[in-house]
Amino acid sequence: MTRHQPLIALVGNPNAGKSALFNALTGARQKIANYPGVTVERKSGRFAFADGRPAELIDLPGSYSLDPTSPDEAVTRDVVMGRQTGERQPDALIIVLDSANLDQHLVFALELLALGLPTVIALNMVDLAERDGLTLDAARLAADLGVPVIPTVAVRRRGLTELAEALDAVIVARQVPHAPLGEPDMRARRRRAEHIANAAIVSQTQSRRWTDRADSVLLHPFAGPVILLGLLFIIFQAVFSWATPFADALEAGAAALGDLATATIPDGFFRSMIVDGIIAGVGSVVVFLPQIIILFFFILLMEATGYMARAAFIMDRMMASVGLSGRSFIPLLSSFACAIPGIMATRSISDEKDRLTTILIAPLMTCSARLPVYTVIIAAFIPQITVGPGVGLQGLVLFGLYVFGIIGAMVVALVLRSTVAKGGASGFLMEMPKYQLPRIGDLALGLWQRAALFLRRAGTIIFAVTIGLWLLLTYPQAPEGSGMSQLDYSAAGRIAGVIEPVVAPIGFSRDIALALIPAMAAREVAVSALATTYAIDATDEDEQAQALGERLAGRWSLPTALAFLAWFVFAPQCISTIAVTRRETNGWKWPIFMLVYLFGLAWIAAGITFWTATAFGL
Amino acid sequence: MLLDQLPNNQRAEIAAIDWSVLPPDEGKRLRALGVDEGAMVSIQHRGIFFGRDPIALSIGRMTVAIRRAHARAITLREPGATA
Repeated sequence: MTRHQPLIALVGNPNAGKSALFNALTGARQKIANYPGVTVERKSGRFAFADGRPAELIDLPGSYSLDPTSPDEAVTRDVVMGRQTGERQPDALIIVLDSANLDQHLVFALELLALGLPTVIALNMVDLAERDGLTLDAARLAADLGVPVIPTVAVRRRGLTELAEALDAVIVARQVPHAPLGEPDMRARRRRAEHIANAAIVSQTQSRRWTDRADSVLLHPFAGPVILLGLLFIIFQAVFSWATPFADALEAGAAALGDLATATIPDGFFRSMIVDGIIAGVGSVVVFLPQIIILFFFILLMEATGYMARAAFIMDRMMASVGLSGRSFIPLLSSFACAIPGIMATRSISDEKDRLTTILIAPLMTCSARLPVYTVIIAAFIPQITVGPGVGLQGLVLFGLYVFGIIGAMVVALVLRSTVAKGGASGFLMEMPKYQLPRIGDLALGLWQRAALFLRRAGTIIFAVTIGLWLLLTYPQAPEGSGMSQLDYSAAGRIAGVIEPVVAPIGFSRDIALALIPAMAAREVAVSALATTYAIDATDEDEQAQALGERLAGRWSLPTALAFLAWFVFAPQCISTIAVTRRETNGWKWPIFMLVYLFGLAWIAAGITFWTATAFGL
Repeated sequence: MLLDQLPNNQRAEIAAIDWSVLPPDEGKRLRALGVDEGAMVSIQHRGIFFGRDPIALSIGRMTVAIRRAHARAITLREPGATA
């Protein structure tokens, strides 16, 4: 008789194949939450023994020892020692070892075995070890360690039944490791680990043939960067072109839903809230979902194959020049599509200061929501002339805006690293995992989890903010027949009146101030907001952009238009980014800091642009 | 000889590490990755941009990326010398 279902923790070094084993044991029945007070994921799932009795399985963050060097490792230590708030001490451990890296992984395993919990060892990825010419004696290892050792191949679902049986047996018998394994010193443990590993190795070749061969190309001083660049090019092509039909479909879906709601709900407060507020607002953010999913697909693929560590390796020196490390590269790159997945991807950065800096500069990467804004303004104000062979001025300006954002981010990173995120030069120390073919199911599961996370994280806040924005734009209502536009008369219109004196020095009129308010939902909304302000009535998007361009060209001066572009390089006009930053930094301090510094920079950049352009008589 | 000066693909034993020039957490992480006195290492790859930094270190059956700053804190045993 058990008083509760057993809690079993999967624990081991990074790159031991722990997550794949977790997926294999729990299937899709997983729950992802955060441990209280830290941004460390708690992944749990249901697992059943052969006779159907359930157990709860948790996947602990990969660690090298119980002496933590990151928040993730601290959680692992606290959970296995029964010190983590809100988590009871596990009833049993599954220690996951990479067969091909036994001497290294046994160092941590010895430390875990000394805890005296019922334990089973999963000797994982035995197939890859064999591929690299390594044969192991699991029985010998079990005898030396005093716990059951089960050879497994998580991605091929091999050894799972045996693992469950062994686990069942050690829990029922409360069988704890018998040999005295407590080695207080890491060096002593390492010597012992090498000794045990050597005894268990039946035969071996010197190195990891496949991985070494691949690295000789992928990390080649010249071929490596070229391949990385090519890969990035493919990813960007995919993010921007493959996503379009899906984004269009989502947009059409939102429009159809709006029409349906308009037709079925009687006119009034409720209908306006549903149609103009919720459907239009949430719709404007959800259209980014296809891009985010495609981006995450590539990120997961790079992580699962082991290429991500190589990309970080190639880019490390460049990132080091602004005080960051190669690990920041992928999150920042992702931010070119959308800062939200970028900020979510910073979890792989172990150094806290590095991570914070990366989160704070992620919004400076030109995300895809800025493109509609840039396109309209550039088309209206920048003449379509060529400035060199095959180089058009319009394209050059667009490129310049991207570069402007990157340079801004570099300068900000340097400043942050010597002020609020001050710390020693961040080191770049990482294990380069061996290459492996990922399992499609594991990729799909990861993709589903990240998409759900995006919708849930961003969704709840976007929902609330959208209604708030809609209220500001809709109330109070302009009296009928007054001839006043609703936008002008609304609370947002009045707020614009307050903002106007602030933005007047940088060349922004009240109309622009007004458009900036709804654009807080997503930057691209600025386009439709301007169209509303200038009373352009066009159903087709391209038509709207064209008509708006003509109208703007007539109303705005060139310095104002250029200042508007500069503003959008920096301005944090995206509530979802702020919301995700709050989630990922666990508080309001950094999102508020982000808002203030980015609006400050936007004002200064727009100001300098406006004053310079005016001085040159443009 | 410092690890930083070791030619690629040549194996050598770590004689000493100057832990005092490394931040405590990085020293800890290096040790956890097996980079410690007595370990046999070789350099597999070096980065391309600017000072050919970082370097990919082969240790045991593992590859570990470290920066040259770390490698400059690591002294190798001269070939032929005995402990």
